Amino acid sequence: MVKNSLGRDIPETWCGRALEPYEDPFSRLPDLDRAPRRLKRHNPGDKKLLGSLREAIEAVGLKDGMTIATHHHLRNGDALLNQVVSEIDAMGIRDIGIASSSIHPVHAALIPFIKKGTITRFECGVNGLIAELVSKGQLKCPITVRSHGGRARSLVDGEVRVDVAFIAAPCCDPLGNMNGTEGPSACGSLGYAFTDAEYAHAVVAVTDNLVPYPAMPTSIPQHLVDFVVQVETLGDPSKIVSTTTRITRDPAGLQIARYAADVIDAAGLIKDGFSFQTGAGGTSLAVADNIKQKMAEKGVKGSFGCGGITGYFVEMLEQGFFRSLLDVQCFDLAAVASIGRNTAHQEISANLYANPFNRGAVVNQLDCVILGATEVDVDFNVNVNTESTGYLLHNTGGHCDTAAGAKLSVIVAPALRGRLPIVRERVTTVTTPGDTIDVIVTERGIAVNPRRPGLAEQLRAARLPVVDIHALHAEVCGITGTPRDVEFEDEIVALIEYRDGTIIDTVRRVAR
Amino acid sequence: MESELKLRRSLLYVPGNMPSMLQNVSIFDADAVQLDLEDAVPLAEKDAARILVRKFLDGYTKRRQEVFVRINGLDTSYAEDDLREILPARPDGIRLPKADTPEVVEHLDTLLTEFEESHNVPLGHFKIIPSIETAYAVLHVFDVARASDRIVALAFGAEDYTASMEIQRTKGGEELFTARNHVLWAAKASGVQAIDSIFADVDDVEGLRRETELVKKLGFIGKSLVNPRQIEIVHDIFRPQQDEIDYALEVMEAISRARELGTGVISLRGRMVDAPVVKRAARMLKTAVSMGLVAEDAVDLSDEMIHGVL
Repeated sequence: MVKNSLGRDIPETWCGRALEPYEDPFSRLPDLDRAPRRLKRHNPGDKKLLGSLREAIEAVGLKDGMTIATHHHLRNGDALLNQVVSEIDAMGIRDIGIASSSIHPVHAALIPFIKKGTITRFECGVNGLIAELVSKGQLKCPITVRSHGGRARSLVDGEVRVDVAFIAAPCCDPLGNMNGTEGPSACGSLGYAFTDAEYAHAVVAVTDNLVPYPAMPTSIPQHLVDFVVQVETLGDPSKIVSTTTRITRDPAGLQIARYAADVIDAAGLIKDGFSFQTGAGGTSLAVADNIKQKMAEKGVKGSFGCGGITGYFVEMLEQGFFRSLLDVQCFDLAAVASIGRNTAHQEISANLYANPFNRGAVVNQLDCVILGATEVDVDFNVNVNTESTGYLLHNTGGHCDTAAGAKLSVIVAPALRGRLPIVRERVTTVTTPGDTIDVIVTERGIAVNPRRPGLAEQLRAARLPVVDIHALHAEVCGITGTPRDVEFEDEIVALIEYRDGTIIDTVRRVAR
Repeated sequence: MESELKLRRSLLYVPGNMPSMLQNVSIFDADAVQLDLEDAVPLAEKDAARILVRKFLDGYTKRRQEVFVRINGLDTSYAEDDLREILPARPDGIRLPKADTPEVVEHLDTLLTEFEESHNVPLGHFKIIPSIETAYAVLHVFDVARASDRIVALAFGAEDYTASMEIQRTKGGEELFTARNHVLWAAKASGVQAIDSIFADVDDVEGLRRETELVKKLGFIGKSLVNPRQIEIVHDIFRPQQDEIDYALEVMEAISRARELGTGVISLRGRMVDAPVVKRAARMLKTAVSMGLVAEDAVDLSDEMIHGVL
């Protein structure tokens, strides 16, 4: 075991992989070329369209020990990964790794295949029951949690080799040109799948909407795709979009949102060219709403809105508050409709969005990002991966990527949820290092990272309730009492990988 | 009467029997909270609410706003128990329901004085905001307003008032016009503040806005609120508007020139600036300063400047 720079114990190796402990957010760059992909020849008349998933699995030569990937644009409506794994299992192939962009609760159907040894590892974050069972030690299946940028980086630098990417394509032609905007499973942006299409050793496009050549518009083009398979359905469209894209009505959440918008204003960021990212949660949307009002009052036109895109951002684009939207993932149907018709609403890949090892990621252009938290601590570290129970339940998403990139990274979180303090002495798990967090906004005051003294002064000058993070921690614990820490065993069940490939924390099995 | 100008734009009701809501009292920007032991609390929970409010006040040491407790009516058997439980926790004052007569207020004043004397609390610490909420009270409101020096404001209660009138309350508020004016006359004549009634429909933002604009025009300086989401709208309306501030600053500058010339009257863009104009401008600027809209050193608001050499 070695301690990384945040004092977290990191093993030297885990599941056969040598680990590098996290040091700092901006230094690491391995001495490497981009990962290679074998040449392939496609002659006139060669066909790609196959009759079934099984034929595709045979055609790409999937074998024991290999790694497959899917994207999570179909979210909890995705039927593809379950279909693929069940086919792989039926063909007797074992010891498969999954390196999808994310795993959702619908994929709990994989549990029997994990128990059988068909699936033996996740090279990606996992939401829901699988992760919980792994945390409890009831399921043996090591998990490496990666951020969106970190996952793209791991494919680009070769840390993860995806042997076969199965790309759910809501609209696809027989040569593999595809887009996400048309068809019964339309999900909008295919941002996460771009990296797979370029770096996986074989790419299978799977569609429930085969259209005549050429599919228009084309997001992922035919020259990257090996085979095309038509299936009856890619998933349940009603679960593809998230339903929580509504502004919160909770007075405490609204108070947090007001403070957050005032913080951004007081920092002097709301001016022409302003760029901004926020999530789809109720409080995040309330922040966006407050920002929009301030932009309207000042007559400010922003440059771009970014990240997971909601109908709310689409409205801001259409009303002229932003010149463009850079969209790696559509959160609702309004965003899906917009990306299909508005050229100012651009689809971007996860690589372009957030990979630290390329010639410039979009997150670095962000003026401001609003992020949530399950826990924060007095060092400004943030946890979004594990719950108060100690169970791994959530993926990182773009959390640590945008926090590192944006000029101002703002955490919005209630100081306490029910009886639980959210401001802790030490977070259970570090997802995002305090080095990259500028401000924590709670309903009980605004804590500014001491490495931004100028910002604290700006906020005080704007009469915002700036509080010391230790005082905030003490106040909250004064109300809730200090909860006993969750007890963990030594056994490591998951790694939390920072976006640059170093290990920022581990998740251990929860003691019974 | 209060010497300082105290902001009471928003008096937020918080039910005394809801721990989760009491816990969040400190996070809202309301100028005052009114912890409710009366209408929000069912009879079976009167004891529990009293204790809960007491414990909450004991723990709420760094108070961000004025704290009033709405006790049960003095004509009920709960009121004295309410006072016994919560006065040791030192709220800033009592919101007195059904203040129909000066005698009711005098009775409360006596109870508060007795407590202050026996517990070493500075005399006059506890303030009173009587609720004017029946037809009877409206007719006696001037006497009520003068019944105790502890009174800092009169609060109009439209829900109970319309009930006592056997009429429906409407969003237009025509039925409240005369009663509101009665409360306002009594308040202005007695030198205390006037607080308007709650607006019950939390989701009707526009309705709240219209009603608040109306009562501001009439002379109320604040409203009782039933939900924290109403605070921002009400503050927005009671905030001095920029053109008002600009004009008031011009008035003060004009009168400052007049004082140098040894006169109390001067013309500003063709309009006469004299004592009442200056007083109104100064009052508004004091509010603006206390809200941080005008820097404290930006304008001389001394008595000499407002009233001339004393």
